[in-house]
Amino acid sequence: MSDLAKDPWAKLRAATPARIGLGRAGAAMPTKATLEFQFAHARARDAVHSELNVEMLANDLLPLETIQVASAAADRVTYLRRPDLGRTLGQGEAAKLTEQNPCDIAFVVADGLSSTAMQSHAAPVIRHTLPKLQGLGIGPVIIATQARVAIGDEIGAAIGAKLTVLLVGERPGLTVADSLGAYLTYEPRPGTRDSARNCLSNIHTQGGMDYETAATKIAWLCREALRRGLTGTGLKENAAAIAQADSGPALR
Amino acid sequence: MTHYRIALGGETLRFQTLAALMAAATPARSGDALAGIAAESEVARVAAQMILADVPLKTFLTDALVPYEVDEITRLIMDSHDAAAFAPVAHMTVGQFRDWLLSDAATGPVLTALAPGLTPEIVAAASKLMRNRDLINVTRKIRVTSAFRNTLGLPGRLGSRLQPNHPTDDLRGIAASTLDGLTFGCGDAVIGINPATDNVATASELLTMLEDLRTRFDIPTQTCVLTHVTNTIEMIEGGAPVDLVFQSVAGSQAANEGFGVTLSMLQEAREAALSLNRGTVGNNVMYLETGQGSALSANAHHGIDQQTMEARAYAVCRAVDPLLVNTVVGFIGPEYLYDGKEIIRAGLEDHFCGKLLGLPMGCDVCYTNHAEADQNDMDVLMTLLTVAGVHFLIAIPGADDIMLNYQSLSFHDMAFLRNSLGYKAAPEFEAWLSTMGMLTEDGHLIDSAAGAQRLIGAS
Repeated sequence: MSDLAKDPWAKLRAATPARIGLGRAGAAMPTKATLEFQFAHARARDAVHSELNVEMLANDLLPLETIQVASAAADRVTYLRRPDLGRTLGQGEAAKLTEQNPCDIAFVVADGLSSTAMQSHAAPVIRHTLPKLQGLGIGPVIIATQARVAIGDEIGAAIGAKLTVLLVGERPGLTVADSLGAYLTYEPRPGTRDSARNCLSNIHTQGGMDYETAATKIAWLCREALRRGLTGTGLKENAAAIAQADSGPALR
Repeated sequence: MTHYRIALGGETLRFQTLAALMAAATPARSGDALAGIAAESEVARVAAQMILADVPLKTFLTDALVPYEVDEITRLIMDSHDAAAFAPVAHMTVGQFRDWLLSDAATGPVLTALAPGLTPEIVAAASKLMRNRDLINVTRKIRVTSAFRNTLGLPGRLGSRLQPNHPTDDLRGIAASTLDGLTFGCGDAVIGINPATDNVATASELLTMLEDLRTRFDIPTQTCVLTHVTNTIEMIEGGAPVDLVFQSVAGSQAANEGFGVTLSMLQEAREAALSLNRGTVGNNVMYLETGQGSALSANAHHGIDQQTMEARAYAVCRAVDPLLVNTVVGFIGPEYLYDGKEIIRAGLEDHFCGKLLGLPMGCDVCYTNHAEADQNDMDVLMTLLTVAGVHFLIAIPGADDIMLNYQSLSFHDMAFLRNSLGYKAAPEFEAWLSTMGMLTEDGHLIDSAAGAQRLIGAS
């Protein structure tokens, strides 16, 4: 019996992460494939619905100062149904931010659609990025719960940051449930259009963008944004320039 | 001034406009609540439905929900309305129309002849007075066929789009998923790729690969790379083997502008595809996708409920005589359709409205990981749609789209619907499956390993 006769899919399976060659139980998926699928879906559901452990995240970020704020979405169900509420601060939350000194860059950590992603990757990404931002004024890290990307505009304006770097949990897939995105916004203020942001996505440790690469790109975008006074479609990522900057001794 | 009012249970309920009445009469869904136009209570919803039942159908021909002056979709709907076809139901109210649709007088041929006389707003209104069973009851009577290299929509047939997406558009990976789907008898509606990198060069490369695969096995089906209509026109000019023109469309001019598309661009693309003359048994060259909530998400809904806006997208589809129309029902997320119940309802509504307007209506039975839904809900919707006579369904490896990050139906699900419920693939495609030795004498799929060996062994 040839290998092909034993498992005609062996070679093809290597060509794609898609769920091919699963076999059949009648017309149904076999038990093993069904349970593997359920596991992946369960993990994605948990990533969406589990609460961010803010205290643990603040600990991971020490010695950086952190401030916690909540969006206007009171709970997860409201958050999922009302994207508008997840984009604005809850009543009285802005008061926590107005006392801060203006800074060049404020990091905002938003749970988004995957608290798992924030719990795992937010602190390492910030730790990898900070050494590359020497010479710039870095504000406290704002941890925002039940929050979407645009909440960073209100936060950034309230603390007087020139630029926000907002890290957010991306919508979980079956393969990766803890993917993190980074959004950079120059002169953040409520009503900022999405086309005025730069975005890095797919930051995770299962074949996604690794911490060091993400940190290098974020730092390059930060310096360019501050130098040129803009983010968004007018600021395209320049791969060659980033590689150059990264190999420079000043940043190592 | 109050336009619509009713006394019900000791209180008087008022609705200021026909648009407000339509929105309030819509079965509950999160998108209308997000837009701030949903019924304020369950009683208010029923009150709106009671008023709507007494609204004459003719009202929708004079009281445009989206103004004629500002919207080319409204102009298309009004200007192409066929008064002669409408005549048999012209005297009815929405409630009388619902009853008549369910009656034995409304046979398949009668409904087919009526289609040019119906508008999206009229069929949307009727659907709001129907339970899920009613939607199935009516839709099941309607027969719509379309054809390119095979004939879709014939009685007892269920088509499928084979969707072999890959996160980096890897040609071998896409070919592997395609072969997997073919061994389950999928792909008669179309073998269609959503490209991860959306440009003309990638799309042409993918299309050429699918063309090679199709001609190598002599498969009587059509292929498509789902890229923007302007890219497809460019591919046609560049000599790429384009079977179908794809485009996402919505129910208002402003929402379509968000997609970067106009009615005239769609006509231009259709003519370009027709000029290639690649169809063998028919000339339906358009593949369109829609979905409730797309107009609202583009802030281009004009205060109209998302189900009515979706039905208006079908006017756009109807104008280009498509092979396939696909409502991607659960893809948009829980802020528009919150859970399995809302997704199931929306899928049946879209199928009903599309078919009643004369379209080859299919569905991507699907959900995202932040919706309150799972594969059990998809099992229910796929079975209901199949019983309702859906034109085609989307099928992907193991129900898991690794590029778009959502879940749809698996190739296995298509095998279930065909083996257990007795539905068959398009006749030309079914004959090919038989030639390849993949069907038993009674039309069931043979054991997968044997089918796979035939295909893979030859590849």
